[in-house]
Amino acid sequence: MKRKFRVNRKLLKKSEELLFRVFMILSTTIIIMALLAIIASILIKGVPSLSWSMISETPKGGYYFGKEGGILNAIIGSLYLSTGATLLALVVSLPLALYINIHKMKQKRAVNSIRFILDLLWGIPSIVYGAFGFMLMVYLGLRTSLLAGILTVALFIIPIMVRSMDEVLKTVPKGLIESAFSLGSTKSETAFRIVLRQCIPGLITAVLLSFGRAIGDAAAVLFTAGYTDYIPTSLSQPTATLPLSVFFQLSSPIPEVQNRAYASAVILTIIVLIISITSRAFSMKYQKNKIK
Amino acid sequence: MKAIALPNFKTRRVLRESGSEFWMKCCYILIWTMPIILLTGLIIKSATLFQEKSVLELLFSSKWKPLSGQFGFLPFILSSLWITFLSILIAAPICLLTAIYITQYTKRIVLKIMHPVIDILAGIPSVIYGVWGILIIVPFVAKMASWFNIQSSGYSILSGAIVLSVMIIPFVLNILIEIYRSIPLELSEASLSLGATKWETIKKVLTQKAFPGIISSFGLGVSRAFGETIAVLMVVGNVVQIPRGIFQAGYPLPALIANNYGEMLSIPMYDRALMLAALILFVVVTIFNLGSRYLINYYEKKI
Repeated sequence: MKRKFRVNRKLLKKSEELLFRVFMILSTTIIIMALLAIIASILIKGVPSLSWSMISETPKGGYYFGKEGGILNAIIGSLYLSTGATLLALVVSLPLALYINIHKMKQKRAVNSIRFILDLLWGIPSIVYGAFGFMLMVYLGLRTSLLAGILTVALFIIPIMVRSMDEVLKTVPKGLIESAFSLGSTKSETAFRIVLRQCIPGLITAVLLSFGRAIGDAAAVLFTAGYTDYIPTSLSQPTATLPLSVFFQLSSPIPEVQNRAYASAVILTIIVLIISITSRAFSMKYQKNKIK
Repeated sequence: MKAIALPNFKTRRVLRESGSEFWMKCCYILIWTMPIILLTGLIIKSATLFQEKSVLELLFSSKWKPLSGQFGFLPFILSSLWITFLSILIAAPICLLTAIYITQYTKRIVLKIMHPVIDILAGIPSVIYGVWGILIIVPFVAKMASWFNIQSSGYSILSGAIVLSVMIIPFVLNILIEIYRSIPLELSEASLSLGATKWETIKKVLTQKAFPGIISSFGLGVSRAFGETIAVLMVVGNVVQIPRGIFQAGYPLPALIANNYGEMLSIPMYDRALMLAALILFVVVTIFNLGSRYLINYYEKKI
């Protein structure tokens, strides 16, 4: 009797593990399948209505009732907006990331608390940044414009950019920094001439990641950048953006316009995938050339 | 000549050094003050609403009639809670099992395949998730409702939760993988050498050890899910009502802000009510964030 019981228990243990292994494989496949399903469904729905005029023309009269035109305004607008925001964020993020890792190298507490603040800012939803930006705009009497959009998106991506740069700069060996100091270079010289050069591929990855965030975010620009059918020619004009163009076209009841929303979604997905693959290539290169 | 050039060079260096350090310090102070600026801005803007209404009435009344000045946030808060809770319920077991599988059972090659998958999932814009939700999840949920003999258009809390769960999976999974990889190898070796099976080691030793980390990763997932806007807004139906089932339409807080920003200046007090919604979002997200980070720090110290 006792022996039989033991065998059963062993069997039970084995089958429990087996069961969970099946669940594990299942959940891993679910994640991979979800990604494939997203990309496949967007491509299947969107590619048939994708045409050259979609990406080379701005909306013409009656575009939102299914007539001719394209979404060049949104593509260019999105690129302007996210390039502007990324550059602006870079001006703040790069010095800050270097400052944390080189100037404040010895002050562990200060570094940890600023990282904490950055993580906190990273967690704040973009709609809150959008609402805040809108509030400021109303307060200052500004209208929806490219500039307001750039400022809001820059605020939103600064924490992302600093934190990802910080992760790269953390890996720089202390010996490198100390030997630069000992050869007489100042802190800023060490930061910009030595550490920056050592980390440049990783830093480019961080910038590209933030650029991808900036181009894909809709909630922050919803309030601040506005929407227009024209390509903006100055910073004070409103601008269309790709995510919003997908969103607005999809809420139209006309099937032709909806199809164009899917096509716009394909364009946005392709842009984001290109950014993602490029940044991956950079980070691979980074791993090859690193001084350890 | 040289005697003049040398101090010149030196002053230039000194100038450059102090200039760049000045700018760095400015950025440093900017980041420190940013949360305070955000918080005070939102509080100042929504504070005038508190003078006319009590906090309890705002938070626990379900009457939302902006035109007659009634702002009860209960339907929105409940919708947000429902969606967030459901999405974390779906995402949590999937993430946990996948993280265990990747770190404990498979070879490094699988991790190398999963890394790009996670990265791409994390990088897909939320509006694309919304389009996917409308194309696949909404019809699927409508069908599922018909199995239970419930009338539903598919634009429901459940659709929002499913889309949201896929959106937070990369975020939570990344943290979980890091946590499982940071557990020292000696721990599982000791357990295995005492005769425990691999599964017992994972279940009773590794997961025990990683428990605070696991909880905090879910907390961070919640904070991410609570503020997600566009994707949820597209599939959740946006009907102001207290949700009574997962197949009913909901109206979460971020969607409220996003849908009504256009009219908010034309109706009195409406803009303050929306800023209050933003403030609620900010506070809830920050609380979850702080709590989870605190747990993670605590956990790291223990290792």
